[in-house]
Amino acid sequence: MNAEASLYNPREARIIGKKELTDNTKLFELELEDGDRLNQEPGQFVELSIAGVGEAPISVTSSPTRGADPFQLCVRAVGNVTNALHKMELGETVGIRGPYGTGFPTEELKDKDLLFIAGGLGIAPLRSLINFVLDRRDDFNDVNILYGCKKPCEQMFEDEVQQWAQRQDIYHEATVDCCPDDACWDGNVGLITELIPGVDIDLDETYAVVCGPPVMYKFVLEELDKKDVHHDQIYLSLERRMKCGLGKCGHCQINGADEVLYACQDGPVFNYERVKGFEEAI
Amino acid sequence: MKAINKGDFNGFVDNLIENDEREVVGVQSKSNKFAFDPLHKAEDLRLDYDVTILPPKKYFMPQRETLVEYNLEEGETTPVNQVVPRIIMGVHPYDLVAIEQMDKVFEDTHEDPNYLEKRRQSVLVGVNMVNVSEYSFAHTMGTATTDSGYDIMLTDIGDRYAIEVGSSKGSDLLEQAGNAVDDIEPEEAKKVRDTLEALPEKFRDDPKFDPLELPTLLKEYYGEDEFWEENAEECLSCGTCNLVCPTCYCFDVKDVNDISLSEGERLRTWDGCMLEAFAEVAGDENFREEKASRYRHRYMRKGRYMYDRFGDIACVGCGRCSEQCLPDIADPVDVFNKMKEGTS
Repeated sequence: MNAEASLYNPREARIIGKKELTDNTKLFELELEDGDRLNQEPGQFVELSIAGVGEAPISVTSSPTRGADPFQLCVRAVGNVTNALHKMELGETVGIRGPYGTGFPTEELKDKDLLFIAGGLGIAPLRSLINFVLDRRDDFNDVNILYGCKKPCEQMFEDEVQQWAQRQDIYHEATVDCCPDDACWDGNVGLITELIPGVDIDLDETYAVVCGPPVMYKFVLEELDKKDVHHDQIYLSLERRMKCGLGKCGHCQINGADEVLYACQDGPVFNYERVKGFEEAI
Repeated sequence: MKAINKGDFNGFVDNLIENDEREVVGVQSKSNKFAFDPLHKAEDLRLDYDVTILPPKKYFMPQRETLVEYNLEEGETTPVNQVVPRIIMGVHPYDLVAIEQMDKVFEDTHEDPNYLEKRRQSVLVGVNMVNVSEYSFAHTMGTATTDSGYDIMLTDIGDRYAIEVGSSKGSDLLEQAGNAVDDIEPEEAKKVRDTLEALPEKFRDDPKFDPLELPTLLKEYYGEDEFWEENAEECLSCGTCNLVCPTCYCFDVKDVNDISLSEGERLRTWDGCMLEAFAEVAGDENFREEKASRYRHRYMRKGRYMYDRFGDIACVGCGRCSEQCLPDIADPVDVFNKMKEGTS
């Protein structure tokens, strides 16, 4: 079978790691059976399939700087495919197509101040870039990481978050929307927008990289506007239910008054200046 | 240009049905409508039809198509491309234009072998319109005639069909007609020209817009929420306009297990942007929740987005959507006229 004829045929990938991050979110470590590396760019996604259940687009949460390691997917059990994946055991295999899409502009971000703003599961795609940056720390200037969740028990990647808090070369703040009385939490309580005023922003140098639930973008962008962050220095990772990943199925089309974008080709990472007029983008 | 007697043409078609390895399909009557179906004898072929229920896109992008077969016990997946080589008889010019547009979609970014191989292995026998559907406005869209997209093109000139060869696949096919095909007489060639020149009169005369104005008009109307809400008010979100459209190609991918539960197929099925769940994402967010936004999307897609991406106006004026829309709100002429005249 030649490569062209297998456009929709997934590569087999074996689950070699599985870790519970929250009560409905797990981190999966996968290795391609053909021995290849995934060779993804930070911010790209794969089509993950489980035969008999279906296929779903999932962002890759691991950084290519750790390309010799298995690649990682951070998956919340919300649909058929993700629920089925959660039930799978180590050693079982899934299908992988991709990586697809346009990721974060790592070259453009070099030597810049970076402000990461992650809400909830939005940490999953952002983590691919955060770890990329931390693995090549000297290539970038200031690093700020703001991470918000609904409740303390929903915070993921605890070990890494602790490291961000401890490192002198990272400014890190975490917040939760609300904190139950019995929870142990020493971070901020309130919306993630509350953390933005505290960040030191250099208008020429700061690039904001934002990912979170659709409802978060509007308020975060308003807050960034108050700080006068240039719109072309803001990158967003937008989620759509891509069925093909190939620019054909039509599901991820994002319409604006002037232009049409396909999240699976032009995105999922978009420059805010480019998509801000798009009624259907955010 | 060549020509063939109608009796000889029927013999040629019967011979193809009998002896050609490819499946011969063509337009036939179906209840009081017409449809592309497998052809069992030449006399069933209705080259005088007005419009078919579904466009011939179903032969290149079937309603259900297996992309991958999987075995659940062994965990194996196998790519599948079920290609049935076909001779497709009686394709009208507007559908040929639509197929040429769809070719670009499946060639762009990643070549899609499941579509393209079916196209490569099919022969398109076009026919110029004799009868025109009362809903069709192909003349307005510039698709009532075409000089490309076919392998051979027939024109009814009375006792004979004039034949224009469009490709080597077409001339190879015509060889099977042998001596029955001869050169066209000058007066017959004039008859072809006269027939095509008389065609515009057969179309509805109410379109008031020029297709090349559509990208600009639609851009102006993008933010006119009231306009879209009013026009979409009675929309049932049934997706029929998508299914019958020769330029609609959006699809879903889903797994269907065999009854044995040991194997199954990953299918590509037709999908439609007018269906409510089309733009849903995880967490119950829907980026086109209102029917007005879906209705607008379909028009933008036809008159603007595909033009921006490929330079094509993706409405070919076949009239199928307006004919088959239950609440009768899908007529593109109605919407485009309103934009042109500034009415709602």
